[in-house]
Amino acid sequence: MKILVCISNVPDTTSKINFTADNTAFDTTGVQFVINPNDEFGLTRAMWLKEKQGATLHVATVGTAAVEPTMRKALAIGADEAIRINAEPTDGLFTARQLAEVVKNGGYDLVIAGRESIDYNGGMVPGMLAAMLDWNFVNTCIGLEIDGDKATAVREIDGGKETLETKLPLIIGGQKGLVEESDLRIPNMRGIMMARQKTLTVMDPVDMEPGTRDTQYEKPAPKGDVKLVDPGNLDQLIDLLHKEAKAI
Amino acid sequence: MKPDLFESPDYYNLDDLLSEEHKLVRDAARSWVKRAVSPIIEDYAQRAEFPNEIIAGLAEIGAFGPYIPEEYGGAGLDQISYGLIMQEIERGDSGVRSTASVQSSLVMYPIFAYGTEEQRKRFLPDLASGKKMGCFGLTEPDHGSNPGGMVTRFADKGDHYLLNGAKLWISNSPFADLAVVWAKNEEGRIHGLIVERGMEGFSTPETHNKWSLRASATGELIFDNVKVPKENLLPGKNGLGAPLGCLDSARYGIAWGAIGAAMDCYDTALRYAKERSQFGKPIASFQLQQKKLAEMITEITKAQLLAFRLGQLKNEGRATTAQISMAKRNNVDMALKIAREARQVLGGMGITGEYSIMRHMMNLESVITYEGTHDIHLLITGADITGISAFK
Repeated sequence: MKILVCISNVPDTTSKINFTADNTAFDTTGVQFVINPNDEFGLTRAMWLKEKQGATLHVATVGTAAVEPTMRKALAIGADEAIRINAEPTDGLFTARQLAEVVKNGGYDLVIAGRESIDYNGGMVPGMLAAMLDWNFVNTCIGLEIDGDKATAVREIDGGKETLETKLPLIIGGQKGLVEESDLRIPNMRGIMMARQKTLTVMDPVDMEPGTRDTQYEKPAPKGDVKLVDPGNLDQLIDLLHKEAKAI
Repeated sequence: MKPDLFESPDYYNLDDLLSEEHKLVRDAARSWVKRAVSPIIEDYAQRAEFPNEIIAGLAEIGAFGPYIPEEYGGAGLDQISYGLIMQEIERGDSGVRSTASVQSSLVMYPIFAYGTEEQRKRFLPDLASGKKMGCFGLTEPDHGSNPGGMVTRFADKGDHYLLNGAKLWISNSPFADLAVVWAKNEEGRIHGLIVERGMEGFSTPETHNKWSLRASATGELIFDNVKVPKENLLPGKNGLGAPLGCLDSARYGIAWGAIGAAMDCYDTALRYAKERSQFGKPIASFQLQQKKLAEMITEITKAQLLAFRLGQLKNEGRATTAQISMAKRNNVDMALKIAREARQVLGGMGITGEYSIMRHMMNLESVITYEGTHDIHLLITGADITGISAFK
């Protein structure tokens, strides 16, 4: 079995988010980047498949050279090879198109991508990728077993779980549940040393015009002071909720 | 104990000076400390017990002999990586860092630097994997700052050496499988010997009732007519310079480690000051608290620069003993002062085990004393710049 885990390079969840002076771009100064958590759950699940059932595991990303530390970490965790498509991932369509090219040429049986990245939360790439490749697709996946070319996937649905049977080749939009947070791997020294020798291939992007363009960013308005309303004055509460908070 | 919310201060963007691998090694150690050390360490410290369960994890993150070549089980990393690992471990606890420092710099380093090829192959891989733990015997009850005055001796008995004497304040001694022991031969020359647990006449009683490094095991080494095989003598170097060479490596690790303890105290105090409200506003808005916090981050930043430059010199093989003394002395003193100030920011909460600050403060009282006291390191700088030793 050959598995590809798609990795997005995202700001650490504790990062303070700022934009450039003209509010047209995210300011990366002082920001630490990590493997997108939804992708990391998938990477760990893929490691289990590799270790228990025998599989070749590749990781791929779309990004500039700045994302290589994140890919090197994935290699240190245990991926066999990494692929970086050398381009700024401008939008979901662009990213999916680039990854589709890697999948087409790579002979993969299973592709695991996070159901969304925690930076822009687009949640489009796995679905678009499945459509471009015409592969089976399970999104919001919280459980995955592979037996030969059969796959059993568990999907989170409103108020419960849904179990599906499908076949490889398959694309998974993964999230927490594929493995738990305590299962996530910290690279050990042997892994870090082995990662030095592993291949990180840089590929040119497929030429395409991005379908969308970011024009402006805006932070949420800062929280105002708490207003205390006397329990006997419900009219004032309703007035505030209606006119100020616009909640009712 | 509160959840570990640590965020590393990097006021001068020092991360820009680190390589991709430095950051990978540092972040792995940091993640491991958050996962394996922070949740348990307060409980072990309160009970004055060493957490044996973390030995395998320490080995996994490369804390045992990171700069020892790969052929002997080490990771073959550079000195800055070693420093960063020590920083992250001491961010968790100085006692845990002490265990790693001793194993790396005081046990593996002398076997690597002064041992035979056979000794390296026999001992280093098991020490790197944590399968065997070691300790280092230099200090004696009557010889601390003056190790050259040691009275532990060994005599050549033909097919073995006969070792007699005692060592005190030995980190890891109660559970160590082997000890690198410094003793004088019949001519009064200091040599290193590997003494293994189980040798007749060798015992390691534990030192109890410490108020510092409570999560680290400290003890004595007692040698009562111990027969040490001749092949256990480290032949590569003798004289006081041999153990002092090991101390250079350990002190270098401490210079980095102390930054970790200081960063943890600062980060805790900063978070607390922003959350704790008095007189209707966060205490971080008061000038006296800002002075404390601003001075802390300034001192941490200076210490980080000192350690980084020293790491570059170590990588080039150019760091002198006196340069290492300066960094050890400055950075531990810095950390201890920050621990005390941070404790005050937390008020009464600072004395509880809910926060790590008081544990760091008590630990650092040992760190400022061991591996060359604060005063001795000052005199090493004094001797270096004047050419006149004040203590010999």
